[in-house]
Amino acid sequence: MSDFKVIGKKTDKIDAMALATGQPLFVDDLQLPDTLQIKILYSPYAHAIIEDIDTSEAEKYPGVKMVLTYKNTPHIIHTTAGQGWPEPSPYDTYMFDKKMRFVGDRVAAVAAETEEQAAEALKLIKVKYKVLPAVFDSEEAIKEGAPVIHDEPEITGAYDPKRNLAAHIEIRVGDVEKGFEESDVVVEETFETQYAQHTPIEPHVTLTYLDEYGRLVIRTSTQVPFHVRRIVAQALGIPVQKIRVVKPRIGGGFGTKQEIILEEICSYVTLKTKRPARLLYTREEEFISARTRHPFKVKVKIGAKKDGMLHAIRLYTLSNTGAYGSHGLTVASNAGSKTLPLYNKAENVEFVADIAYTNLPVAGAYRGYGATQSYAALEQAIDMVAEKLGMDPLELRKRNHIRAGETSPIFKALGEGREGVTQYIQSCALDELLEKGAKEIGWFKKHGKERRNGSKVYGIGMSMHMQGSGIPLIDMGAATLKMNEDGSFNLLYGGTDIGTGLDTIAAQIVAETLGIKPEQVIVYASDTDMTPFDVGAYASSGTFVSGGAVLKAALKVRDQILEVAKEKFGEFDTKDFILEDGKVISLKSGKNITLSEIAYDTLYVRNQHQIAATGSFVSPYSPPPFAVHFVEIEVDEETGVIKPIKYVAAVDCGKPINPELVKGQIIGALVNGLSYALTEEYIFSNSGRMLNPNFMDYKIPSTRDIPEIKVILAETYEPTGPYGAKSVAEININGPIPAIGNALYDALKIRLHKSPYTPERVLEAIKNKK
Amino acid sequence: MKVKYIINGKEEEYEIHPGEVLLDVLRRNGHTEIKGNCYLGTCGACTVLIDGVPHTSCTILAAKVNGKEITTIKGIGELDSPHPLQQAFVKTGAVQCGFCTPGAILSAYALLKKNPDPTEEDIKKALDGNLCRCTGYVQQIEAVKFAVKLLKEGKNE
Ligand code: FES
Ligand code: FES
Repeated sequence: MSDFKVIGKKTDKIDAMALATGQPLFVDDLQLPDTLQIKILYSPYAHAIIEDIDTSEAEKYPGVKMVLTYKNTPHIIHTTAGQGWPEPSPYDTYMFDKKMRFVGDRVAAVAAETEEQAAEALKLIKVKYKVLPAVFDSEEAIKEGAPVIHDEPEITGAYDPKRNLAAHIEIRVGDVEKGFEESDVVVEETFETQYAQHTPIEPHVTLTYLDEYGRLVIRTSTQVPFHVRRIVAQALGIPVQKIRVVKPRIGGGFGTKQEIILEEICSYVTLKTKRPARLLYTREEEFISARTRHPFKVKVKIGAKKDGMLHAIRLYTLSNTGAYGSHGLTVASNAGSKTLPLYNKAENVEFVADIAYTNLPVAGAYRGYGATQSYAALEQAIDMVAEKLGMDPLELRKRNHIRAGETSPIFKALGEGREGVTQYIQSCALDELLEKGAKEIGWFKKHGKERRNGSKVYGIGMSMHMQGSGIPLIDMGAATLKMNEDGSFNLLYGGTDIGTGLDTIAAQIVAETLGIKPEQVIVYASDTDMTPFDVGAYASSGTFVSGGAVLKAALKVRDQILEVAKEKFGEFDTKDFILEDGKVISLKSGKNITLSEIAYDTLYVRNQHQIAATGSFVSPYSPPPFAVHFVEIEVDEETGVIKPIKYVAAVDCGKPINPELVKGQIIGALVNGLSYALTEEYIFSNSGRMLNPNFMDYKIPSTRDIPEIKVILAETYEPTGPYGAKSVAEININGPIPAIGNALYDALKIRLHKSPYTPERVLEAIKNKK
Repeated sequence: MKVKYIINGKEEEYEIHPGEVLLDVLRRNGHTEIKGNCYLGTCGACTVLIDGVPHTSCTILAAKVNGKEITTIKGIGELDSPHPLQQAFVKTGAVQCGFCTPGAILSAYALLKKNPDPTEEDIKKALDGNLCRCTGYVQQIEAVKFAVKLLKEGKNE
């Protein structure tokens, strides 16, 4: 375990220098001659029927090649959520529809010679709307008599569209009512989280063209190239084999690019015109028409015994999926499945979720995926239980968290929109995380002590989390590895690096397995013509699932190399062979041969064959990474401004394959979480229009907003993951809301039930307390 | 109308429309190393140096900077001869998706030209306009500090 040569060692991200020197790596860096530019017309109404649409003037506008509406495009119901097949999400979306369901729904698109012409032509489209009553609040939406958002007869897979219920979940373990009766203390609270957006700095962008043989190529900023291929084929009614999807470098995704929203339009224009077509979202479109984070209302009830053992937990979540179902069901599933097993000492558990359609922007996958919203409530309620018991909240967590060797019935009861898979925890450093994190922040010195300086009051808070590593028995990745004359290898795999560094992890796994340097692995990824399948980058699956596939392929190639070496050495057994420094060495005889020699020999000379293998990985396990977060804040009683001073993230992600990349994932996620806790929020007009779709009014953090950040890694070895690794991408976005919420309580004895924790909300809570 | 710039030391002449912003003109003419999308001066991805000073190229009319010297990320270092800042960003894990990286490095470059020994506050201030959604900035700040060290050790430009 400890004598790794590459795993856990400093390895430069393989694409970093190309990116740092501005090579043309992104979708929009490829500029093809004769490319048509596409612009979209959006509904100004939250709920309306298009009674009439007249595009004749627009069609006549100079440079206009095509105007697309529901009248002249395929009308095939599908889901835009890029998930495995059959999708857990409802089929409730058309490329274009007659009915508008939110401000930002697509009315029409224009393809023209220039962007300006396309934009001008949009203004000439005449639309007659019949405006319908709209509903924006999730509670109102599921009440009797609310306007029905999805009344299309073709809809499938939605739970009860007549009641605006996209999905519904109910699971029970034990008897939760009896559990509360038997408890000595009970806490019941409701917390609400807000609409937010991923805001990758590169927005959604797609370029489509026909290759020399007339096949459609989709070069797109996506997390799910293989799902793009399948869903575009479905939405346009064309065969999968006619489509090639290419994923170049991606400028961040965080979930919003796990969605097929531009590709089908672009593809359709290219197929009809035989010309390249480009569709690039503006920042405003990214806010109003890409995907968002589901706002949740979470009702949490916890019962505990005097000895500090949790006895019963009930979670009810009402999430707002906006106008379309997208990831609604699975995000809500994760609100239970990625949180409740953490407290497996509670014998009585109930999880009920309603997922409501409303006439607001569409929610989708967003880093944390439901767990973020659920932890915002659960981890504050845990602190409240501790207070009622007169116990240190750290101690309460310590007594109740899941441990190695243990399981939770929730794993089986609640999967991704269906039954899950039983999991036993095999690696868990929670005790170490609690201890080291507490020490770093000075928990025992500071928690519960009043500290102030004029109007500035100080507090500290904590939270505890788990997530998963891919979706068990659903997520599959595959990789092909082949050997070249100089002992280098081509790795062709479906794993989808969206900026995380997955390609580097993959190169490290190959290098470790074959005794070479990561630079000797030429990685080519996520091209549906060139690489094997992979579900894509989501559910924290990259290292575990795609990396697992790479390891399998590398082990097979290793066996093939050893077979050749055996013959060369004239030895019978490969068990004494090692691969090191680009050579196979027999420890028994001392003989050695370079990989290059083996490659030359097998490619050109004797027993000729290509040393190559494909590995596929799908796992019954989804080992959870664990994290404990601590934050110290300063809050100004006069202004209501909360300033995080120091943030500690203590994380167990198994064996960190690349420590720099791991650190980047942890800090990137928690800084996004910090601004979700403090500033990021959609503001809507009362007709459902987002009022702040730009970075001036929707504030994401910059260098000057970050506190001192300390990352602590507690290394474990996860036997089910490649070289002991678990995931790390999502988990650390879950901490800031509850940790800051708890710190706020520590400072001022106030609790905000709605995030973000803006100065206005803080001041109001202070006022209400008095 | 026609404009002339000296881009990364090379004179270039372009045909432009009077209303066009610099970002669009440069990208259209092959300078795709400049990123950007907000067109409001709020993300910093489109940062270039104009006569050595960082500017968001999306908020500057191309016509207005006629005749000026423009530096893009390619002007400070290339794949086979990277600038210490580019090396430092790679070494410290400061490049995730890399979409913000050219802009951030150019802002840092301008800082180090003016102030070869910046404090952490100076670095934060210099990079304040370059939004990054991936890194959370910590490794970017470390990268600039590391570049300062490399530059002092004489790995000069
Ligand atoms: S595109 Fe210029 S600052 Fe964002
Ligand atoms: S590295 Fe992705 S935005 Fe900065």
